[in-house]
Amino acid sequence: MDVDADDIFRDDEDDPDAQHSLLEDESSKEYVVYLVDASPKMFNTTCPAAEQDQNDETHFHIAISCISHTLKSQIINRSYDQVAICFFNTREKKNLQDLNGVYVFNVAEREFLDRPTARLIKEFDHLEESFSKSIGSQHGVVSGTQENSLYNAIWAAQALLRKGSAKTVDKRILLFTNEDDPFGSIKGAVKSDMTRMTLQRAKDAQDLGISIELLPLNHPNEAFNVSQFYADLIGLEGDYLVDFMPSATNRLEDMKDQLRKRMFTKRKVKSLKFTIVNGISIQLNSYALIRPTVPGAITWLDSITNCPLKCERTFICADTGALMEEPITRLHPYKNQNITFSMKQLSEIKRVSIGHLHLLGFKPLSCLRDYYNLKPSTFLYPSDEGTDNSMCIFIALHRKMIQLNRFAVAFGGSSSRPQLVALVAQEEVIQSGSQIEPPGMHMIYLPYSDDIRLVEERYSDSSGMVTKASDDQIKKAADLIKRIDLKGFSVCQLTNPALQRHYAVLQALALAEDDIPEMKDETLPDEEGLARPGVVRALEEFKTSVYGDNYDEENEHNTGEPTEASKKRKANAEFATKECENYDWGELADTGKLKDLTVVELKYYLTANNLPVSGKKEAIITRILTHMGK
Amino acid sequence: KQKEALLLLLDVGPSMHSVLPEIEKVCSLLVQKKLIYNKYDEVGIVLFGTEDTDNELTSEVGGYQHVVVLKDIKVVDGDIVEALQQLPRGKNDGDSSIYPFLYALTLMLVLDAVIVAMDMLIKKFGETNKGKKRMCLITNAQYPIKESYKGTKEEQVTTIAKQMTVHGMRMESIILRGKLSQDANKGIMDENDRLLNIFSKETSTRLLYVDNPISLFGALRTRNITPVTVFRGDIEFSPKLKIKVMVYKKTSEEKFPSLKKYSDKAPPNDKHATRDVKVDYEYKSSEDPDKVVPPDRRIKGYPYGPQIVPISSAEWEAVKFKPEKGVKLLGFTESNNVLRHHYMKDVYAFLPEPGNTKAMLALSALARAMKEMNKVAILRCVWRRGQSNVIIGVLTPNLSDRENIPDSFYLNVLPFAEDVREFQFPSFTNFPASWLPNELQLEAADNLIKTLDLAPHGQQEVLLPDFTPNPVLERFYRYLELKSKDPDAAVPPLDDTLKKITEPDGDLLLQNRAVIGSFCRSFELKGNPLKKSRRLLGGKRSFSSVDVEGNITAQPANLIENASVKVEKIGDLTPVQDFEALISRRDGPDWVVKAINEMKNKIFDLVEDSHEGDNYPKALECLVVLRKGCILEQEPKQFNDFLRHLCNFCREKKLNSFCDYLASEGLALIPKTEAIDSEVTDDEARSFLVKSESKVV
Repeated sequence: MDVDADDIFRDDEDDPDAQHSLLEDESSKEYVVYLVDASPKMFNTTCPAAEQDQNDETHFHIAISCISHTLKSQIINRSYDQVAICFFNTREKKNLQDLNGVYVFNVAEREFLDRPTARLIKEFDHLEESFSKSIGSQHGVVSGTQENSLYNAIWAAQALLRKGSAKTVDKRILLFTNEDDPFGSIKGAVKSDMTRMTLQRAKDAQDLGISIELLPLNHPNEAFNVSQFYADLIGLEGDYLVDFMPSATNRLEDMKDQLRKRMFTKRKVKSLKFTIVNGISIQLNSYALIRPTVPGAITWLDSITNCPLKCERTFICADTGALMEEPITRLHPYKNQNITFSMKQLSEIKRVSIGHLHLLGFKPLSCLRDYYNLKPSTFLYPSDEGTDNSMCIFIALHRKMIQLNRFAVAFGGSSSRPQLVALVAQEEVIQSGSQIEPPGMHMIYLPYSDDIRLVEERYSDSSGMVTKASDDQIKKAADLIKRIDLKGFSVCQLTNPALQRHYAVLQALALAEDDIPEMKDETLPDEEGLARPGVVRALEEFKTSVYGDNYDEENEHNTGEPTEASKKRKANAEFATKECENYDWGELADTGKLKDLTVVELKYYLTANNLPVSGKKEAIITRILTHMGK
Repeated sequence: KQKEALLLLLDVGPSMHSVLPEIEKVCSLLVQKKLIYNKYDEVGIVLFGTEDTDNELTSEVGGYQHVVVLKDIKVVDGDIVEALQQLPRGKNDGDSSIYPFLYALTLMLVLDAVIVAMDMLIKKFGETNKGKKRMCLITNAQYPIKESYKGTKEEQVTTIAKQMTVHGMRMESIILRGKLSQDANKGIMDENDRLLNIFSKETSTRLLYVDNPISLFGALRTRNITPVTVFRGDIEFSPKLKIKVMVYKKTSEEKFPSLKKYSDKAPPNDKHATRDVKVDYEYKSSEDPDKVVPPDRRIKGYPYGPQIVPISSAEWEAVKFKPEKGVKLLGFTESNNVLRHHYMKDVYAFLPEPGNTKAMLALSALARAMKEMNKVAILRCVWRRGQSNVIIGVLTPNLSDRENIPDSFYLNVLPFAEDVREFQFPSFTNFPASWLPNELQLEAADNLIKTLDLAPHGQQEVLLPDFTPNPVLERFYRYLELKSKDPDAAVPPLDDTLKKITEPDGDLLLQNRAVIGSFCRSFELKGNPLKKSRRLLGGKRSFSSVDVEGNITAQPANLIENASVKVEKIGDLTPVQDFEALISRRDGPDWVVKAINEMKNKIFDLVEDSHEGDNYPKALECLVVLRKGCILEQEPKQFNDFLRHLCNFCREKKLNSFCDYLASEGLALIPKTEAIDSEVTDDEARSFLVKSESKVV
């Protein structure tokens, strides 16, 4: 968006263009209906594993918390997607067709299937407490009646997903249940009838482009048998059936984790061709598994009406003052000339390859230095557009690259910045039944020599002698390292405190709540742990071995003369203080004349009073006024 | 700001002739970049290995032969670029006929050139411009050396090196080897290496060996960016142990230059026109497009789902996340707990505070211990006061094998939980056998990987990022230079040397054509498309596109029977179920219409045949299911017309009681809210039966 580059989170060095290019094309929308079984069986807490876990986690609770987690990440990341939450086997009913035993949960100012709102998330979080009162659980399929709650549920979900074309929207039903045999309580012709009708219902939905996915909940001692009924419903076959079930796990936490992962749909960034040698290439899809999440773009509003403002851009010729169309020519000053380029010429300069990957060779993994990095990596997995043969090639290279400890070097990258990339084969990693790392290759963007700075070598000319640690010092450091060990550290287990705070504030304001909930900053060090006697002892020993007994003096000791820069800073501050005295700030503020001063003048005040000097004029004036208490 | 003074010391002797075109390109690129980014810097050119001699020292003290000062030190301009594009060659016989007079030298020619350059810098700047005096030497160092009368060679070199340090000069030496140098006496080369190494040890000299034209391009720093600290302060291990460090950016993408917008409004002959374009932003109310909203009436709105939440800057300032500045250790962990692809951004370097020996030792001890134990450290960083976010990063050791460079660390930014998308991908192990490579194919892959080796043992790594320049930037700067001479110049093709970055090395392929050939043959077959089984790959699951293979899930016998007996018409026994089966049949386009029509007839029959309303409940059941079916199939008109028709029919046949019954059971028309195609409003739908009732009364 061109509106305002004044983003709240951005580091100074960050470039908005680069940020933008990282945002892959996620134009495809998704409509999801969460279909949650609310039968009494879902509320059983009798399974022994749950008792061991100490908290009475029911399967219902697991389903609800997975959905809640997904909603929260969705409102941040993919807020254009639409969701509906629908329970079946309920006492009360609420749905478009007025079917029995089906209840669509919703909140004010929202359609059944709609984008998630702050209110939906908040009320859904408290739903479990009031569930038995407001919705109620009830067996939906009872012998002797014609009621078929599962049939009704799928029908209701299908009706919810009626809007939007299947071509542009991904429509999904995610079904949470722990009942592998929904018609187990009835027998004979009625049972087969119900089975047939339900399967037909599901088939109809699938024919309309709706995919139905099953998220089965397992009892450790009584595994969910997919082939009992659901394999037919969702269309499973072959080896996939084996792979399909989350492996029976004793820990509910693991099951939750597996479910949560399965709730995401994969969105590819693009398809690309990877040429191995002349004549042999494989079709790959690329996925953005890791990308920085940033708060959405700011919209300017009219502060009185709160209506969004439209930003209009006008181009004015600086020489003549004439209004003009957006210029199509660019210029760069060079040797006292203005050299002009057409947009076509510029794109021709950048055009180096045709956007595909070309294998150049292989190198040992030790050649991939830690400083060869510029931006997040991209994940590559063979595309289903290929053949079994290209799959073979990919797997053969993948397996051998892991075995030989090598990575591939290829030329590729985006069309805006063609570059060398490293393809690192990643073996599949599975922990307690869920996939931690998918199998495939990670594409790491390598820097050019122009992008690497020689900071270590530049360092050597500014200081005198260089010393390296002695063996004893290294040993003491090793002891310390052993003491402060983050066991089982895994990347991305920490949430971003700035983002959490940001959305907590927004949620509170969106719901017009007075209190902003305090967030725990998970990124702070474990002070208690660091104060343990063993750790403190190791720290002291290391300190003594390096600093001797005078750590405090050594460290506080201001090393060397003040640098050029610090002298300059000091001079600047003195100058500003002197200049600052030439203005009657109180008078200027009271008469609203601050805005008539130049930014340089305004900064005298800031520097003299030790305030940050950054920001636009508007911000600077506000800061001065705040500081004066006006 | 101090300006850099750079002397290019270029070897143009006969053995260098084959690489001079490359040297011309890279040196002129360097000066071109200076013209853009450091246009007040000064540059001079000293050539050696020439037939002629032209330098001040030779006239002052004699000696220093075969060294020519091509351009004296001056502010960069087009003249220097042009001089570099056409370097004069030394005697061009191409054989060793030049050597006789070179043998006559008492000192190594390289040293002579260095001394001439030092002399120029000292004469021009004296003690000033410390740290900004730079020499850049490019040679293949193949000149034989004769004993010096003034002392041993080592002493000579050491003396020169000391002088350089005293005067605050830096030197980069790029030594050409391999393909770039002709076969030379190994003894001479080793001797030269040894002497040049003294420079590297004694002074701030960067000594680089390059063996191919791409590396030559990348090895010469065409743009020197003075490092700026990102952070200076402590790494806090605990409140009791803090180590003073300086943090710099280690990598940072050098962007394509951002060009200005060009205005053609001023007359073409106006010499003083800036040609600038000013871009103005105006914020206008969405209701009244003519009204401009002044800045003080604007407020920022932050998106939260579909809502936009307005917050003023002051409010935001009060509530936003405000971490304290500092770098804190969270702990150490096994290095394999952090994978390479988790690195998120450009990289930082952590160096000890200059002059702080203890900090240097502390970092060195930690770095070496971590390396030994295969550990990394996890840090939480807030670089500046007032920064509104934190970084979690992984600190990896960077051990130095040079005597004048301390041990240090690199820091890579790690993702937060919010930044990771946990997509699941099918395991390769579950794939059908035809997708998996056989032994032969694995061997072919193995051979391919081993032979297309870009870092062969004992040789220089090919395409080392540190020595690989950005071909696009090179092309831009070259085009800029071309355009400065001819505004209509066409975009030049990619430089031949740099083109090799973008495609496989022909020589390497040629050498290994047997292996490549056998690789191709192992995977020659066309193969079958995967698409049929795309579900396995996590594509969109679609029931109908997959033929169910029967033997996997044993279906209950009665189900198969039921499924095989297809419902063809609506019977008397179970009309509701028959209708549902019929309307959901998908083996033809006509079933929906057929089902609806049959159901209509059935309902008529039921109502007509009713005795004192005994069929009414069954008819209602059918009507309800018909209504549902019509909503779902988006045929509301079918139902609405039918219901209207049915009611009229009942009234005619004096069957008002059925209408009453329907009204009392709350059956209604299908309104627009239930099916978009309906032309009936909610009110109309609900009151339809009530109205018809009152009409009759």
